[in-house]
Amino acid sequence: MESSSFIIAVPSKGRLKEQAAELFERAGLGLRARGHERGYRGRLEGIDDVEVEYTSASEIVHQLKAGRVHLGITGEDLVREMLADVDAKVEFLKPLGFGQADVVVAVPDCWLDVSRMADLEDVAAQFSRAHGRRLRVATKYLNLTRRFFAANGVAGYRIVESAGATEATPASGTAELIVDITSTGTTLKANHLKILEDGVILQSQAHLLAARGGSWDARAMALRNTIVKALSA
Amino acid sequence: MAAESARKFEALQAQARDLLDLFARTGYEPVAPSILQPADVFLDQIGESVRGRTYVFTDLAGDELCLRPDLTVPVSRLYLERHPQADTVARYCYNGPTFRFQPFGAGRTHPREFRQAGIECFGAVDRESADLEVILLAVESVRSAGLREFGLRFGDIALFYALINALDLPERWRLKLHHYFWRPASFHALLGRLARGERPDSDGPAAALAGTLAGETPERAEELVAAYLEEQAIPLAGSRSLSEITEGLLDNAADLRAEPPPKEVATVIDYFLAVAGPPREAMDQVAMIGKGAGLDIDAALDAVLRRFDRLERDGVDLGRATFATELGRTLEYYSGMVFQIEGAGMDQTEPVAGGGRYDGLLAALGAPREVPAVGLAVHTERLLGAVERDS
Repeated sequence: MESSSFIIAVPSKGRLKEQAAELFERAGLGLRARGHERGYRGRLEGIDDVEVEYTSASEIVHQLKAGRVHLGITGEDLVREMLADVDAKVEFLKPLGFGQADVVVAVPDCWLDVSRMADLEDVAAQFSRAHGRRLRVATKYLNLTRRFFAANGVAGYRIVESAGATEATPASGTAELIVDITSTGTTLKANHLKILEDGVILQSQAHLLAARGGSWDARAMALRNTIVKALSA
Repeated sequence: MAAESARKFEALQAQARDLLDLFARTGYEPVAPSILQPADVFLDQIGESVRGRTYVFTDLAGDELCLRPDLTVPVSRLYLERHPQADTVARYCYNGPTFRFQPFGAGRTHPREFRQAGIECFGAVDRESADLEVILLAVESVRSAGLREFGLRFGDIALFYALINALDLPERWRLKLHHYFWRPASFHALLGRLARGERPDSDGPAAALAGTLAGETPERAEELVAAYLEEQAIPLAGSRSLSEITEGLLDNAADLRAEPPPKEVATVIDYFLAVAGPPREAMDQVAMIGKGAGLDIDAALDAVLRRFDRLERDGVDLGRATFATELGRTLEYYSGMVFQIEGAGMDQTEPVAGGGRYDGLLAALGAPREVPAVGLAVHTERLLGAVERDS
C-alpha cells in the first residue's frame, strides 16, 4: 500500500456489506472490486485515488483507531465498545440509516419484581445472600455493560463473556441476565426475556467515520468532503 | 513504564529490600504469591469495576486469568492454601509488581505496572492491637525510607455500620443501606428518596401484583405468583427460584404499604458522611450527630478514640492527621479501621501507603470461619518520588 493512498474501509460480508454497496451505488460512487470478484480491495466508481478495503466490521474499528485508513463504515456499538477514548480516535461523520440495532439489558420474563435498572441492585443483594455469588451478566459488550451498569449504580454483578447465542444463557443457567443486541425483539421474546424499561444502552446504527489519526493533508480532506457530500445527497 | 531507567529501577529495588527487611525483622514472613491469578476471585470479591482497571484475559485453555491488580487477595489465598482451617495466626510480607490498566493512558502517578511492598496479618484475635501494629509499621516504613513530611488520614467502616445498626429502621432498609454504602452514587440516590419520603414507583403490572400479595404468608404469596406466571404463560427460567422472586415482590409490596423511614434518617447519614477533620474534633462531631439523633454508638466511638490514644502514646503525632468518615468506601472488602499516608503536598487520591481491616474477605474466599485480617501496602514508586521531593 502506498502511503499516499486514501483508504476507505467497508464491511466485507453480510447485510452491512450489501447495504453499504447500495448506499454508494445510490450516491453514484459504486463500489467496484479490483481483480477477481472475491478480492479484498476495490475502488470507487467516479473518483480516482480512493482505495476501498473490505474487512470485518470490528477490524474496521481497529484500522480507524490506528489511523491506517482514512474513513470507515461500521456499527456505533462496536466503536463504543472497542474504543476507550472514542472522541480522541474517531469522528462520527454521518449516520447511514442502516444496521439499526439496540444494545439492551434483558432479564427473564419471570423476574416479576424487576422492571428497571434500579431493581437490579436489589436483586443483586438478594441473589448474593441466597446463592453466595454475584449475578452473572452474559454479553460480548464488556465495556458498554460495565460503563452503563456503573452509571446506573449497579455493581453487584459479574460479566461472563459470550461469543454467541447470548439470549440462551439465562435458560441454560450460565448467566442470570444478558446485555445483547436486538433489532426487532423477536429473539428475546422467543427466549422469554424482557428489556428493562430504562435498559437501552445504545441505539446503534452504521456510521461513516473518520480516523483522527489518519494522514489528513489537503488532498485527503478534499476526497473526504467529496465522499461525505455524495453520500449526503 | 514502571521503571524509567536502570538507576530508578535499582533505587526502587534497594528501597523495597529495606522495606522487606524492616517487615521481616518485625516478625512478618516474606512470601511471593503468583503474579497470574484467576480472574474469578477478583471479579467476585472486588466486583466488576475491577475489570475496568485490570488486565483480564482468557488463556489457551479457556480459563479467565488476570495480572494481579493488588496483593491482598493473592496473599489471602496463599494463607488459605497453607492453613485451610484458617486457625493459625500468620504474618506475611511481600514486595512485587502489580498491574492496573489505565484507560486514559499510563503516567507517572498512574503507572500500569508498579511495585507494592506490604504486610498482611491474619488471625490475630486482639484486633485493636493488630490495627495499631499495622499503622505503626506503616509509619515506620515510610520514615525509614526517608520520608519526613507526611500526613495521616484515618477512617473506620465499623463506625458507619454502628450508626446504621443504631438507627430505628425496618430491617429491609438496613440491608439496603449496608449494601449501597459501597456504591456511593446509588447510595446518594437512595438517601435522596429517603429524604423526600418517597415511596417506590407504584405503576406497572408487577406493582399491581405486588399489591395483591401484601399481607400474605410467604407460602400463600408463592402460590399466587406461580398462578400468575401460569396465567401469563411465563415459564420459570433461570437460576432465581420462585421463592426469591416472590420475596422480591413482597419486598416491593412492603415498601409500597409501609410508612417510609423518617426523613431525619437521611439527614443523620448525610451529616455523618460529611465528617472530616482533625481526629478528635471529627469524633466530637460524630458523637454530637449520634447524641442529636438519640443513637447509641458509644462503643464504636470509644474504639476509634482508644486507637488515637494508643497511637499518640506510641509516639505518632496526630497534629496533622485527619479522620474522614468517607475513607475506605472504594474497596468493598474493608470492614473496620482504614488509613492512608500522604506525602506532603500530594493529592489524597495518590497516597504513598494505605491499608485497613478486612475481616470478611477470607470467609468469602472459602475460609470455614471469619478470620480477623488487617494489612498495609506501600506504593513504592510514589514513596520514592515523595522521598526525592522531600529531600
